Amino acid sequence: METRSARSVAATVCLYTALVAVALIMVFPFLWMASTSLKSLGEAFEYPPAFFPKNPRWGNYERLFSTVPMTTFLLNSIKITGLTVVGLVISSAMAAFALAQLQFPGRRVVFMGTLGTLMVPYQVTLIPVFIMFQYLGWKNTHYPLWVPAFFGSAFGVFLLRQFFLGVPRELYEAALVDGCSPGGILFRIYLPLAKPAIATLAVFTFMNSWNDLLNPLIYIDTMEKMPLTAGLSFLQAQHGSNWPLMMAGAMVSIIPILVIFIVAQRSFIEGIATSGLK
Amino acid sequence: MIDREGPLARTDRLWGLLLSAPYIFGLVVFALGPIVFSWSMCFFAWDNITPPRFVGLDNWTRLFGDALFRKACWNTLYFVLGSVPLGVALSLLLAVLVNRQVKGIGVFRMLYFTPVVTSTVAVALVWTWFYDSNYGVLNYLLDQGARLLGLDPPKPMAWLNNPTTAMPAIIAMSVWKGLGYNMVIFLAALQGVPKHLYEAAELDGASSVGRFLHVTLPSISPVTFFVVIVSLASGFQVFDQVYIMAREGRPADSTLTIVYYLYRHAFQYLEMGYASTIGTALFAIILAVTLVQLYGQKRWVHY
Repeated sequence: METRSARSVAATVCLYTALVAVALIMVFPFLWMASTSLKSLGEAFEYPPAFFPKNPRWGNYERLFSTVPMTTFLLNSIKITGLTVVGLVISSAMAAFALAQLQFPGRRVVFMGTLGTLMVPYQVTLIPVFIMFQYLGWKNTHYPLWVPAFFGSAFGVFLLRQFFLGVPRELYEAALVDGCSPGGILFRIYLPLAKPAIATLAVFTFMNSWNDLLNPLIYIDTMEKMPLTAGLSFLQAQHGSNWPLMMAGAMVSIIPILVIFIVAQRSFIEGIATSGLK
Repeated sequence: MIDREGPLARTDRLWGLLLSAPYIFGLVVFALGPIVFSWSMCFFAWDNITPPRFVGLDNWTRLFGDALFRKACWNTLYFVLGSVPLGVALSLLLAVLVNRQVKGIGVFRMLYFTPVVTSTVAVALVWTWFYDSNYGVLNYLLDQGARLLGLDPPKPMAWLNNPTTAMPAIIAMSVWKGLGYNMVIFLAALQGVPKHLYEAAELDGASSVGRFLHVTLPSISPVTFFVVIVSLASGFQVFDQVYIMAREGRPADSTLTIVYYLYRHAFQYLEMGYASTIGTALFAIILAVTLVQLYGQKRWVHY
C-alpha cells in the first residue's frame, strides 16, 4: 500500500516537473519580452544579462508612444479586425445557410467553387487582388484589409455549411409555415444553434486578421494607417537596435489579444480542437 | 419532397440567391477571377506601370533557370522538413502530456497555447533578440548550461547571421510558436479514442508504450493526417518570421523562401508577371505534395 502511494507521489512529481519545464519554455520568451521592455538601453546590453531590470523603467512605454503612433496602430488594428470578423461571419453564414438548406440554381457550382478555392494558396490571388484594389484607388487605405471579408470566405462557408447540414430541414419548413422569412430563420434559429461553429470561425478570423503582416505591408504606405503588425515592423526598421523600445512595442501589441484569449480561452481552444475533427 | 413549381421552391430560389449573392460575388471577384488572372499573367511581363506585354513562356524558362528561385525552393523545403515532422511529433507528445485530469491542467494547456494567439511579428522580434550574437540570452543560457554540466562552454554563436544556423534558428522559433495549435487538435482526438480499446489492450497485457503505438496512433491517424496536410501547406507559405528575423533573406540568401521571393519580385522589383509565375509554381508544389499525401494516406490512416 505504502510503496504504491509513494510511487504515485513520485509519478505526480514527475508529471508536474515536466509540465512546469514545458511551461517555462513556452512562456520564457514573453517574460523576457516584458523584462527587456523595462530595462534601460545600457542594461539591455549588459552581459551576462540580468533577468530582472534593476529599477523598472516604465518610461520606455511613454517613449514608445511618443516615438511611433502606437495608439493609432492599436485603433487601426481594432477597426480592421472588428470589421473583418463581423463581416466575414455574417456573410459566410448567409451563404452557408443557403448552400445547406435552400434549393437554388447554381448551388452545386458555388459549392465546387468553394472547394476549389480552399485548395489554392492565397499568394496566388495576392497579386491580381492587389492590382484590382490599386485600380480602385484603395492603396494606402484600410479598405483592402476588411472589405473582402464582407463577401465571406471559402473556409467560413465550408465550415458553417457542414454545421448547418446537421440541422433538419423540417425545422426550416416549420418556421416557414409559421410565417418567418428564410432570412429571419437564419438569424433567429440557425445562427443561435451554430454558436460553437461561429465561435470557431470568429476565433480563426480574429487571429488571422490581427496577426496579418503581409497584406498591411503591401497596401499601407503611411504610418498613420498601419495596424500593429506593420507598425512593429516599421519600428524594427527605424529603431532596430533599441531592444527595450521594440520589446515595449511587442508587449503593447500582444496584450490586447492575450486579454481576449484569457477571457475567452474556452472558445479559442475548443474552436481549434473541433476544426481537426471535421 | 419539395414541389419544384410550388411557392416553397420559389422562396428557396429567391432567398437562396439573395443570401449567397455577396459570397458568389466575392468568390468570383476575390478568388476565381484572380486565380485565372494570375495564371494568365504567367505569360506576360508587367511592371505595373506600362501596359502588360505578352512574352509567351519566357517567365517559365526564366524560372527554371533561376538559381535564386531554386535556392528559395531548397530553403523552403528545408524549413518544411525541419519544422513539420518535429512540430507534429512534439505537439502529439505535449497532447499526451496534458491529456489527464489533474489540478491546474487547464492553466498549463492555456500557457502552451499562448504563442499561437500572439502575432508572429511580436514573437519573431523577441526571438531575434534572444538569438543576438553579443547580448542574446540564448548564448548566455548555453554557456551556463555547459558550465553546469562541467563541459567547455561553447563559443557564442551569431545564430541569425550565420548561413548554417539561420534557418534552424527560424525553424526552432516556428516549432515553438505552432506547438500549442496542433496540441489542441491532438488533445481533442486523444479524448475521442474509445476507452474500451485501451481496456481490451490492457487485458491483452500491452504495455503503455504498446498501447500508444497500437491503439492511440492508429485511432488518431485521421487527425494526424489533417495536421500533417495543414502544417505542410502552411509551411510552404512561410513568410512573416523570415521577413522579421532575416530581412532580405540574409545571410547569403540562406533564409530566402518562396513567398519571400514572390513578395520581393511583386512589390519591390514590380515584376508582376514573374511574381505570378512564382505564385503558380508554389501552388503546383503544394498541390503535388497534398496529392502525394492523399495517395499515401491509405498506408497509414485508418478510418
